Amino acid sequence: MALPIMAVLMFFLVLPIVMIVTVSFWQATEFSIIPAFDFENYEFLFGSNVTYRVFFNTFKYAFITWVFTLSIGFTVAYFLAFHIRSLTWQIVLFLLCTIPFWTSNIIRMISWIPFLGRNGIANSTLISWGVIDEPLDWLLFSDFAVILAFVHLYTLFMVVPIFNTMMRIDKSLIEAARDAGASGTQILWSVIIPLTKPGIMIGTIFVVTLVMGDFITVRFMSGSQSANVGRLISNDIALLAYPSASATAVVLLLTVLIVIGIMLRFVDIRKEL
Amino acid sequence: MTTLTKELELVSVTKRYGATVAVDAINHKFQPGGYACLLGPSGCGKSSTLRMIAGHEVVSDGSILLGGADISDLPPAKRGTAMMFQNYALFPHLSVADNVAFSLKMRGIDTQTRLKKAGEMLELVDLSALSDRLPDQLSGGQQQRVALARALITRPQVLLLDEPLSALDPFLRIRMRGELRKLQRELGISFVHVTHGQDEALALADEIVVMNDAVIEQAGTARDVFNAPTTAFVAQFIGGHNVVALPEGRFAIRTDAVGLSQTDTGKLQGSITAVEYQGAHVSVSARIAGDQDISALIPEHTFFNNPMNPGDQVGLIWEDANMHKLTA
Repeated sequence: MALPIMAVLMFFLVLPIVMIVTVSFWQATEFSIIPAFDFENYEFLFGSNVTYRVFFNTFKYAFITWVFTLSIGFTVAYFLAFHIRSLTWQIVLFLLCTIPFWTSNIIRMISWIPFLGRNGIANSTLISWGVIDEPLDWLLFSDFAVILAFVHLYTLFMVVPIFNTMMRIDKSLIEAARDAGASGTQILWSVIIPLTKPGIMIGTIFVVTLVMGDFITVRFMSGSQSANVGRLISNDIALLAYPSASATAVVLLLTVLIVIGIMLRFVDIRKEL
Repeated sequence: MTTLTKELELVSVTKRYGATVAVDAINHKFQPGGYACLLGPSGCGKSSTLRMIAGHEVVSDGSILLGGADISDLPPAKRGTAMMFQNYALFPHLSVADNVAFSLKMRGIDTQTRLKKAGEMLELVDLSALSDRLPDQLSGGQQQRVALARALITRPQVLLLDEPLSALDPFLRIRMRGELRKLQRELGISFVHVTHGQDEALALADEIVVMNDAVIEQAGTARDVFNAPTTAFVAQFIGGHNVVALPEGRFAIRTDAVGLSQTDTGKLQGSITAVEYQGAHVSVSARIAGDQDISALIPEHTFFNNPMNPGDQVGLIWEDANMHKLTA
């Protein structure tokens, strides 16, 4: 039973990682790549100030995106699970949430550009309403635009696991809480949130790994003015500096694994799997 | 303590779901400090009635009075009732003690006081040793006691139990019903217990309220309901009765009040269709004129003094005092 899965995992997961780790120790010059066992890629990476700034930026994007996707995702899932009474409507509205995913995420991201641009819909509307006199510059090609795109792209990854966990909460628990005199807010904090934690954690893992591994959103939406680790790697690849790109990738992979490891210490998600 | 308990009364309480009527204008006064069972088949409206008393369903029409005050529009926790749910509805993320103390926490009572009170309740249900466990780590019977302790910590006037024994295996069910009865006597508060099992109702209740098709068919003490059913439905549902149509009308006769005789001395004649040995008794089924079946429960040694076989002609006898005329 387990053998085919093992084979697939070996070929598509373990083997590429082993290759990346191997290449990360190779040497490179402007015109050649030399197999070796050398720490110079890592020395350069950890010796450079840019690395720390870019990693900080990556964490910043991940954290802010997490805050927004969690609050929006939790609200949407809560509404679907506890305010929509009929299963049919729950399914209809849930499918409605997934409709944007019928187009590629590049298209959904790029469609923000005409909206947020200097002469875009957002600015012209605000000016015509008299809210602002001058077009706002920070709407596009800024951290604001990057995070807006991230939240737009990844909120559904928060909605799905949270909704899934909420649907498994026995409705009689809510009644039991009300019977014990709990108010709506108390039910939310004492019953629903604790019981939804595994779903929140799974959604968090999705969003954090997606944002930390992304490079295209940051490049498009920041107009190449901001960088995260993914862009560092993609720039190295563009320069054919594979060993350096591999070393950065290994460090990013370990960072993400550590982050997930820390999160899993707080919440047990086994029941959800 | 009994003198302090308030009387629960239903005044033409009605529940409608769209066009269907689940509970149709029922009236009933529950004995204060008594153990009442709402008995009936599934879909008869007994659970809706209980949930309306608890405040988890809105009353479509009529009122629910507790100690003379109308509680129909109060939130569940303000009514003086507490509910024990069918599957117990224990909070899976909280320990036994925290489950029991939940309502005190909601009222903002400090941790120390509420854990002390929860400890007292757990002592009452004999679970002090398990107060740190999670509900998943308890057996069905233990979970039920936690649910009881959690419901009782608010000191309700009326405890509402929704099929509390249905999740237990038969052996445990009999033990737990003994404990429920004992607890009710000790606390002296009213229990209203919903069940579809007539044996459970007879064993537990001071007062049985039989419901069918959204209305109360009959209410009374367990002995009254069992000995003198007033409708064919009650006679059949409560069991142990024959419903016979005679020229004078329809009657219920307890199966153990029917005896066998020679064909010429019987009130009715019939032919035996089945004989079933049940240990202490032998159940004899006979078919009488008009294709009606009558069962007679004959003490074992009486039967074997004069054994009979399927196909034999037999007379059926009973005392007139044991015939109960049915109204419907």
